[in-house]
Amino acid sequence: MTGDTPLLELRGLDKSFGGLRVIAELDLVVREHEIVSVIGPNGAGKTTLFNLITGLYRPDSGEIRLDGRNLVGLAPHRITDLGVARTFQTLRLFLNMTVKENVMAAQYGQTKVGVLRSMIRTPGARKEEKQIHRLAEEKLSFFGDRLMGYRWDQFAYSLSYANRRRLEIARAMATEPRVLLLDEPAAGMNPRETHEITELIGKLREDGGYTILVIEHDMHVVEGISDRVVALDHGVKIAEGSFDAVATDPRVVEAYLGLRRAETK
Amino acid sequence: MAADGTGPEHLSAPADAPDSPRIGVDEWVASVEGKRERYTGVRGAVLREWDRLPMAVRVLVFALPAALFPLVTTEGNLFRYGLFTLVYALLALGLNIVVGFAGLLDLGYIAFFGCGAYMYAILASPQFGNHWQAEAAIPVVVVFTALVGLLIGLPSRRLFGDYLAIMTLFFGQAFVVFVNNANRISFPFVGHADLTGGSNGIANIDSFNFFGYVFYSTKQQYYFLLVAVALVLILLAFINDSRTGRAWRALREDPLAAEAMSIPVNRLKLLAFVFGAATAGFTGAIYGTIATAALPGDYDVGLLITIYAIMILGGFGSMMGIVVGAVIVSSVPELLRSSVNARPLFYGAILLAILVKLRPWRRLAAELAGLVAFGFALHAIASAAYPRLVDGNAIGSGAFARGLNHWMLIPRDVVKIADVAYIVLVAAIVIYPQLSRLWQAILLPPLLYLVMFVWENLLLVHIGGATRLILLGALLVALMNIRPQGLFGKAYVEIV
Ligand SMILES: Nc1ncnc2c1ncn2[C@@H]1O[C@H](COP(=O)(O)OP(=O)(O)OP(=O)(O)O)[C@@H](O)[C@H]1O
Ligand SMILES: [Mg+2]
Repeated sequence: MTGDTPLLELRGLDKSFGGLRVIAELDLVVREHEIVSVIGPNGAGKTTLFNLITGLYRPDSGEIRLDGRNLVGLAPHRITDLGVARTFQTLRLFLNMTVKENVMAAQYGQTKVGVLRSMIRTPGARKEEKQIHRLAEEKLSFFGDRLMGYRWDQFAYSLSYANRRRLEIARAMATEPRVLLLDEPAAGMNPRETHEITELIGKLREDGGYTILVIEHDMHVVEGISDRVVALDHGVKIAEGSFDAVATDPRVVEAYLGLRRAETK
Repeated sequence: MAADGTGPEHLSAPADAPDSPRIGVDEWVASVEGKRERYTGVRGAVLREWDRLPMAVRVLVFALPAALFPLVTTEGNLFRYGLFTLVYALLALGLNIVVGFAGLLDLGYIAFFGCGAYMYAILASPQFGNHWQAEAAIPVVVVFTALVGLLIGLPSRRLFGDYLAIMTLFFGQAFVVFVNNANRISFPFVGHADLTGGSNGIANIDSFNFFGYVFYSTKQQYYFLLVAVALVLILLAFINDSRTGRAWRALREDPLAAEAMSIPVNRLKLLAFVFGAATAGFTGAIYGTIATAALPGDYDVGLLITIYAIMILGGFGSMMGIVVGAVIVSSVPELLRSSVNARPLFYGAILLAILVKLRPWRRLAAELAGLVAFGFALHAIASAAYPRLVDGNAIGSGAFARGLNHWMLIPRDVVKIADVAYIVLVAAIVIYPQLSRLWQAILLPPLLYLVMFVWENLLLVHIGGATRLILLGALLVALMNIRPQGLFGKAYVEIV
């Protein structure tokens, strides 16, 4: 089911903050329709990797290619337009906008009608507005009845934590990406919700057709979804392969154990 | 970010009703939220019905009384209240695009207003002998101010918050300096040219002339403005409800997330800035023709503060609130110009505050009785021992003023007492909240008496001047305490 064409390609990626090297010589290839998990202890550089791909940070050196096209140096909204969308580990919803508006706002790059046309509501503007509504409803319906019906008009701040995580995903989907970057989608969820998210990520690929790069700490989720797992430690890729191979890799075990040892000291 | 979904305080209140679902399930949050919406009383109900009305009906609710206003008032009042309210409303609507929708702090806004007025003056006044028709001049003015906005916005568009504020503040000041001095610029080839009339401004600006129809009288100008406000309201409501409006609100909420969600943040900020400038320029052209002159003093920080006050009072981002705010801010100081209006407003406000704060009613009655008794007692003692304290007359002529003469100390020569009374009042207001409840109850009548004393003897005398502005400020402070989000604004929620 996973194609062979590399959709997202990172070559020799480097990023330091001050003297701290957070991403070091990183190579990573994600093929079309693949689900790749990134794991690693806290501070390994996983979120920084996402920030680099989405253009929020600029790499010190290295290449990031989407379908062969270099993304380095492009503005974040351009990168999203080209087909890379993300969720935020810390949840950055538009809290004082409604659930539906959150999803509608993210369609900005996909829509065209200019401000002068929407100011006088031309037929074209009205038609596009209807499409925006329809698409938002479609994206929200992806989560069963979790974000449906009366929820559309609720403010994002009134959602439960799990629903805010879902809305983050719906909002990212609304940008019509080819690659979805999910930053700890199961964080803070109870076991039932975690199970639901695991299934949802599978569904995102099957029905949505997305290629997915996901950061996750919950090993059950990682095991359940991943075609391939990449382990980072101090910004260095220390292992890559199937879940079983990576989970039993001595260097990965050492990275996690080493951290635990350091913590208990 | 708390990992267990702790919301703001009011959301994590315990669910007490039997119909609330299990804790920890998101239905619970929803039901608490629902309750919060339900429980806001009459105002909440009114607001919700209001939101359901179609846009056209909402505009009509404002436009209809406004349209009837010229029929029941004099020319002078129409000019003082009507025209200025509408000019303020237009200005605040434009500022609302920049500050309310896009969340940018623009302190140079009034300069765009001035640009519009001066530009129209240059196109339609004897200054250069131009007398353009309005249908040509207005579009040129709007495009010109939009371009100025673009020019100012381009270098500052990457700047956030404080930087943008300083940058625009500088522009606002530079504008005033420029128009004050642009009467002796020497141009190459042309030589000296008087661009702005310097500190004298440009006088004798033409009335709007649309295809030969001239808006000359106050009434005509009023209706022109009214249509302009209604039009701008509708256009802005349409923008607000479009992808651009949503993008503006998104970038106000979280610029970084907006950028990551395909919204070109810098371009949209610039767009908001330019739209605000264009609206201000449009208003400036109208103001120029109403005032028939463009004067440098009209475009200073005072007006900026007024417009911000309107927007804050009405509620950021709420266009209806802004119209209401404009009515209040432009009419209250005018109403307060004469003691005939000021006195009922003042006592009405105090009475309202007491009625709201003092419970139960028995305590209220006791305090009021105490106040009346205290006044008579003091008056009796004073007229026996210090007749000079009561030898004056209260301002005004009605029964109330005559009654006051038998109750309130009204010396003919207040100058000596003035400073003392002020200091005592300020000290009393500072100390009063620190007292125990018993002493508060006992000392309330004397405190109220002192407030009334200062009001009747000092403030009311200067009501035409500083007092009304102090009162307006006090009114705004009080309103902000009661309703921090403004009259029509939505409370801004953050999750911690
Ligand atoms: N903007 C920044 N400036 C300075 N240091 C940063 C910055 N962003 C990240 N870092 C540092 O880079 C390192 C990696 O951070 P990152 O957020 O990528 O970790 P992570 O793997 O996502 O960890 P977690 O599992 O806790 O989310 C950390 O040491 C962090 O302090
Ligand atoms: Mg992280």
